[in-house]
Amino acid sequence: MDQSRVARLRAARERWEREVLGPALARQPERAARFSTVSDLEIARLYGPEDRAGRDPGLPGEYPFTRGIHPTMYRGRLWTMRMFAGYGTAEDTNARFHYLLAQGQTGLSVAFDMPTLMGYDSDHPRALGEVGREGVAVDTVEDMDLLLRDVPLDRITTSMTINAPANVLLAMYVAVAAARGISPQTIGGTTQTDMLKEFIAQKEWIVPPRPSMKLIQDLLVYCTREVPRWNTISISGYHIREAGATAVQELAFTLADGIAYVEAGIAAGLDVDAFAPRLSFFFDVHNDFLEEIAKFRAARRMWARIMRERFHARNPRSWMLRTHAQTAGVSLTAQQPMNNIVRTALQALAAVLGGCQSLHTNSMDETYALPTEDAVTVALRTQQIIAHETGVTHTVDPLGGAYAVEALTDRIEAEADAYIRKIDDMGGMLAAIEHAYPMGEIAEASYRYQQQLERGEKIVVGVNAFAQDEPSPIPLHAVDPDVERRQLERVRRVRAARDAAAAARARDALRRVTEAGGNTMPAIVDAVRARVTLGEICDVFRDVYGEYREQAVL
Amino acid sequence: MWDNTLMVAPHVRILVAKPGLDGHDRGAKIVARALRDAGYEVIYTGLHQTPEMIVAAAIQEDVDAIGLSILSGAHNVLLPKITAMLRDQGAADIKVFCGGIIPDADIPGLREAGIAAVFTPGTSLEQIVAWVRENVKPRGVTA
Repeated sequence: MDQSRVARLRAARERWEREVLGPALARQPERAARFSTVSDLEIARLYGPEDRAGRDPGLPGEYPFTRGIHPTMYRGRLWTMRMFAGYGTAEDTNARFHYLLAQGQTGLSVAFDMPTLMGYDSDHPRALGEVGREGVAVDTVEDMDLLLRDVPLDRITTSMTINAPANVLLAMYVAVAAARGISPQTIGGTTQTDMLKEFIAQKEWIVPPRPSMKLIQDLLVYCTREVPRWNTISISGYHIREAGATAVQELAFTLADGIAYVEAGIAAGLDVDAFAPRLSFFFDVHNDFLEEIAKFRAARRMWARIMRERFHARNPRSWMLRTHAQTAGVSLTAQQPMNNIVRTALQALAAVLGGCQSLHTNSMDETYALPTEDAVTVALRTQQIIAHETGVTHTVDPLGGAYAVEALTDRIEAEADAYIRKIDDMGGMLAAIEHAYPMGEIAEASYRYQQQLERGEKIVVGVNAFAQDEPSPIPLHAVDPDVERRQLERVRRVRAARDAAAAARARDALRRVTEAGGNTMPAIVDAVRARVTLGEICDVFRDVYGEYREQAVL
Repeated sequence: MWDNTLMVAPHVRILVAKPGLDGHDRGAKIVARALRDAGYEVIYTGLHQTPEMIVAAAIQEDVDAIGLSILSGAHNVLLPKITAMLRDQGAADIKVFCGGIIPDADIPGLREAGIAAVFTPGTSLEQIVAWVRENVKPRGVTA
């Protein structure tokens, strides 16, 4: 845009403010002195062409991918509808998987229980009361085999939300596939493997940050050679946002985590283009519609620039930010739970307008418990309605060029860039975490938001406005109280039945390679085959590296 | 609306604790800060605490109340364990309250186990602070 055109647009805006806006405001003042997003990003009254001063958002399917990573986006292929599921034992969750596949879901996503996430077997004292509660319990390769029973591993991809013990669960998956005659070269799936966001937000850990990064390097190197279609790290903003971060913080901390993983891969001796195409992302999609759409667009542009300019990646697939999205659990309310269906639908629409590659939609009952089958079905149908009824999939990046969306994309990019520079100055994300910097920023933001809620500056329908006398009872999913006993029996049976000498040899071999600093992945695969349990493998890491203890910041 | 200046409550110490293995500490941290801003002395345990660790900290820190935050679904197992251990150690007068993802059906059982109040999602900080002001007194002083 040339300067004279910008000047003309500005002059027109000034005339409009004087002649049209001024008198209107005199008649009817606005509802608030200041309008801001749920993240407290101030929003202008009106955005126009002059706000972008001629920057072109580009075209989809090419650098910097602001408008999408594929030239045809959803005209070519819809996003993967991938509902996160897991509860009880492996058999319970396997039944839910088959239900979801029968309803038209196109990929699997496993939620593990807390003991599994922390690397404890189901019969560990710390697992008491937690087995199969918030996800499925997996102790041994036999549980993994039951979890994936009758799932065609060569056709369906499986995403596993697993971090600290990601190497162990990947090894189990590889072992199960191999036992069914499927080569690791052909299986596809995802482990989350994102420990940095665990230390920042989700807080399920085993060993301290630096050895955690070493284990991630092992997985990166192993997969690049042996499991080339595996998505090694799902760099996740979701948990950062849910812990109370703003949209800008979610984006900045997630990309800063991504930078740290790319540096770790390069430090492990990999060529950047050998592993970067298999990094993927996972963002939250919250209530603030335009802010969320802008966040996804800014994320793609920033990552493309980081990969090309900072890391000199040459393969366009290394530049592409492929992302999963999940609607914001934190936005759901226990009050008037039916309203959550509407919130989730709007958030899902924002994720699609933002150009996500796969999507999970939350169920309306999740502020109470894991979802019922009926509630999950409505959540999946929400995606199918967006995909097949709304028509937003017929054109690529339908909101591209919208003044407000482009201006917000620029603004979010600029603010996130400033955060990344600050983290770079601290010595990168690992150092920033050791200084509890992101945790402090998130705690501040979440407290600020809570105060805005309490003052009524932010409205949550059904909670601090439009409240009704409750309860509006809804049916809830109940976890079978017998799960813990059944799972404890199974892990003890597997331990008793295995070849004890072979299991001990496999553990010793893993300990030796861990102590020597070698790649642990092959030894983990051998160990899971010898029926060494998840907890026993993680005990080796606890012994060698020590356990992590957080310095809690309020 | 709550006003910090009206809420100064000297000599009351509260332990905010996270039992269970879940890492959802947003609520615990916000409540801890709100109680601190309301004038209470707050000690936050951090994550992944066993009942033994929480009871030991409460006794060692000589607190008047324990606020437990749990979103892992293990509340029916872990919370009664904490109140039972407090009773066994002669510290049943430490008031215990909790918050988190707790289905209504579980509340009567928790109350029976000695949990003085259960705060469910959507509770305002104002409500929690008001409850503490009403119900938590320095130990040894009759409420």
